[in-house]
Amino acid sequence: MPDPLLAARGVVKRFGHVQALQGADFTAYPGEVVALIGDNGAGKSTLVNILSGVVQPDAGEITLEGRPVSFTGPMDAQRHGVETVYQDLSLAPHLDAAANLYLGREILRGGFLRPFKALDRPAMRRAAVQAFAELGVTLLDVNAPVGELSGGQRQSVAVARAVAFARKVIFMDEPTAALGVVQRGRVLDTVRRVRDRGVGVVLISHNMPEVLSVADRVEVLRLGRRVASFRAADSSIEELVGAMTGSLDEPDAGNGNGNGGDGDNGGNGANGDGGTAK
Amino acid sequence: MTRSQLPEWARRALRRNEAWTFAILVVLVAYFSISAPGKFFTVYDITQIAVNAAIYLVLGVGMTYVIITAGIDLSIGSVLVLAAVAAGEYTIHHGAAGAGWFTVAVSIVIALAVGAAWGALQGALVATGKIPALIVTLGGLGAALGLAEIATGGQDPSGAAATHLQNSLGYGKVLGIPWLVVLAAVVTVVFGLLLGGTRFGVHTFAIGSNPAAARRAGIPVGRHLVKVYALMGLLAGLGAVMWLASYGTTSIAGHSTDNLKVITAVVLGGTSLFGGRGSVLGTVIGVFIPAVLTTGLIVVGVQQYWQDVAVGAVLVGAVYLDQIRKQTRERT
Repeated sequence: MPDPLLAARGVVKRFGHVQALQGADFTAYPGEVVALIGDNGAGKSTLVNILSGVVQPDAGEITLEGRPVSFTGPMDAQRHGVETVYQDLSLAPHLDAAANLYLGREILRGGFLRPFKALDRPAMRRAAVQAFAELGVTLLDVNAPVGELSGGQRQSVAVARAVAFARKVIFMDEPTAALGVVQRGRVLDTVRRVRDRGVGVVLISHNMPEVLSVADRVEVLRLGRRVASFRAADSSIEELVGAMTGSLDEPDAGNGNGNGGDGDNGGNGANGDGGTAK
Repeated sequence: MTRSQLPEWARRALRRNEAWTFAILVVLVAYFSISAPGKFFTVYDITQIAVNAAIYLVLGVGMTYVIITAGIDLSIGSVLVLAAVAAGEYTIHHGAAGAGWFTVAVSIVIALAVGAAWGALQGALVATGKIPALIVTLGGLGAALGLAEIATGGQDPSGAAATHLQNSLGYGKVLGIPWLVVLAAVVTVVFGLLLGGTRFGVHTFAIGSNPAAARRAGIPVGRHLVKVYALMGLLAGLGAVMWLASYGTTSIAGHSTDNLKVITAVVLGGTSLFGGRGSVLGTVIGVFIPAVLTTGLIVVGVQQYWQDVAVGAVLVGAVYLDQIRKQTRERT
């Protein structure tokens, strides 16, 4: 196993009286799709928000390529090569695909127009077409406002924006939730292609079959902590659901909570740092 | 012929709202030219229309930016009056009508500064996200007018405009074109290009289109809103200078419906009240439709008050179409 790309250790976050994360761990490796799953309220969104710089943790350590980092905001995370595809896509529906791709990072013209911060639209359009081609996406009309595109194409624009700038990690929050079967397949293909470029992809999803089909590894959050880490190829939906809900803990009470799960994973060659229930 | 058979440039043109509004304007001009041959389409009428429209155009350019951010500014008439009173009071105490060029220059700077500062203040309040722009600028409408009335006792002071200002910007012409029109055209072109071709422009659209996305993309939304409302105020200040130059008085009571006229023009020009879509070119067309109607109805001998009826009907129709478009997009 290579060194972790992005790792969180003992992350704590409180919102008022609610302790959303109580010492959560998380690890993503380069060139890997890792799914982050958990029941509602398990702390997934909080953890992703912390790792992508939206929210600052109360305690705990985050390292990127082994170096400790603390993102001051999403822009800071982006400067470090960490991008996020939000569940609502975060696109400006009235702007075209190229303008959305470069929103906040516009390509500007040089020369005497420089002081006016004039946009270099042809350059942005060319780069956008190329970015979509790399994802295997054909946009019918690059000049159309993205609000007029289909759901799948809008999704592609959001993913392309993250991919174009992510040098290290991409978080994808329920990227297929609103899509039909065909579009869903395309997005998952995209996820694999991005991974093959050596970027770490963190997938947040409720869809267990999808998680097992696209993820290389699955990390499970429950009650604000990582309770298990599975290798997707060796896991079943029942195991994932069991770890999410905690129902697997009970039969193993004699061994101590979750140690049975740990043993299982170890035996299956899963990543050694997961699988503990405490 | 279906839409897909049209060439690319034609489809792109049809997608733009300005195309439809422009067609209405062309039809109006054609109708009046044919109904009253040689009367409507004279140099005098065109000049008169342009002079009447110049101040509304300058205000409309600023309002286009504000509405694209999904905001509104009801205060522009009062801000214009406040800026005019500030500039006028300075002029009165520095030579009144006979004031020199230096006084004229300082009074112009005062008008622009008062407008921009008032706009920036309103923008800062809008940017907090706690008070809707409608309420901020409704409050601004009352407060700015009240301050102007306190400063003047509610009476238009005499000597508010220097003769130098009136004879140059007010009545002067260059190559037969009034300076007021030239100034309005320059403002329109400059801020039209700024909106359509720069980072400032695209950020303005993005904020109106999806403020959360704009924020996540690292656009300083609050600071941008302050700039947009300050620009609106600055142009209201410029409108004050143009008004003083043109009419020689502050007209404290004469600007209470400027906001409605300007918002009407901007919306007629295809700028969406929901934000995210619009253009300065559309606003130019939107300003000229009521202006052409007024002149045209007089020329063909119909009571000019029909203009108010026609503009009202077209406005409601334009917003109805906009709403339909919005719903169509949200369904897909």
